[in-house]
Amino acid sequence: MKTTRAPRIVATLLLGLIIQGIGGAADGAAAPQSAEQQRPGDGEATRGAADAALERRTSEVASGLRCPVCQGVSVEDSPTELARQMRGVVREQLAAGRTPDEVRAFFEDKYGEWILLEPKANGFNLVVYILPWLALLAGLGVIVIVVRRWTRPPPGEAPQPAQPVASSLEP
Amino acid sequence: MMSWKRALSAAAIVLPLLALLAFGLTRNPNVIPSPLPGREAPQFELLTLPLAEGGTPETVDLAALRGNVVVLNFWASWCLACRDEHAPLSRVARAYADEGVQFFGIVYDDSPRNARQWIEAMGGQAYPALLDPHSRTAIDYGLYGVPETFVIGPDGTVRHKIIGPATEQELRAQIDALLLERREIELPAGGEHPVTETI
Repeated sequence: MKTTRAPRIVATLLLGLIIQGIGGAADGAAAPQSAEQQRPGDGEATRGAADAALERRTSEVASGLRCPVCQGVSVEDSPTELARQMRGVVREQLAAGRTPDEVRAFFEDKYGEWILLEPKANGFNLVVYILPWLALLAGLGVIVIVVRRWTRPPPGEAPQPAQPVASSLEP
Repeated sequence: MMSWKRALSAAAIVLPLLALLAFGLTRNPNVIPSPLPGREAPQFELLTLPLAEGGTPETVDLAALRGNVVVLNFWASWCLACRDEHAPLSRVARAYADEGVQFFGIVYDDSPRNARQWIEAMGGQAYPALLDPHSRTAIDYGLYGVPETFVIGPDGTVRHKIIGPATEQELRAQIDALLLERREIELPAGGEHPVTETI
């Protein structure tokens, strides 16, 4: 009756929260891209489609670089002078025909891997990529086990028929 | 029976996590290892900041200084810690001027006017200040704040990076080690005659 329904409601709520959390994370990941498109290129007039494409590629690379004089802000988002100059370097190198990977490698060469906002998926860094999924799986496992235990009828008692629950809601 | 099994599986999950977090605590996120020491110092050709208004700037080319110990100090007039290291830097620069150790202050993200006023207010600087337009040299040196000081060996490689205000003790220790190294190169084994003019 009520005691057996409550865990189900809790479990549903928990699952709902988890699903919402995953959806929220996906929203967060998508947000920087829409911000990129709105950003004008450092006061320089963007003339023609080629300029716009260069600006877009500059933003793309700059969003993946960590601003050295800030706390956890990308070169793209930082208003500091150094970040502005670094965007200039990115733009210059892209215009000179370097690929985004080559530009990232240039900065990594100067600052080390620290400059990349997203750690490379190799070696010890894999912990960052794998651990959240392991934790999520473990959490789901715990929920399944706990919900089963809660909804299991006490030993020696026959499973409850559905009617008494429905009738108990009526006044 | 069941309880120690449960305790064991809990430990199997909790202990590795604790170990990971403990490892994280041993690391200082503010100290970012620079890939520069041990590598060739990024080249630059920069103009000096003339201390007199309207003075003519001179060009300083790092490549031309090969064979000398070079100390590069990135600073700015708005940087408070740069005040602390100003006196020790100037003192060490004067002490080693005869040994051919070259000091340069590279002005970072600052106007020439502010930089000049700062030097005047601090009672002068014992070495030239260089202007770094668009912070290109700062980016080449992987700068992430001021003050930062790079000690470059006679072979043109970066030997040491000081993050934050440089102290006299650290500067002297680094320079002494490099001068000793240079002397050993100049004096080949068994050679009685020191090579006075090298490079």
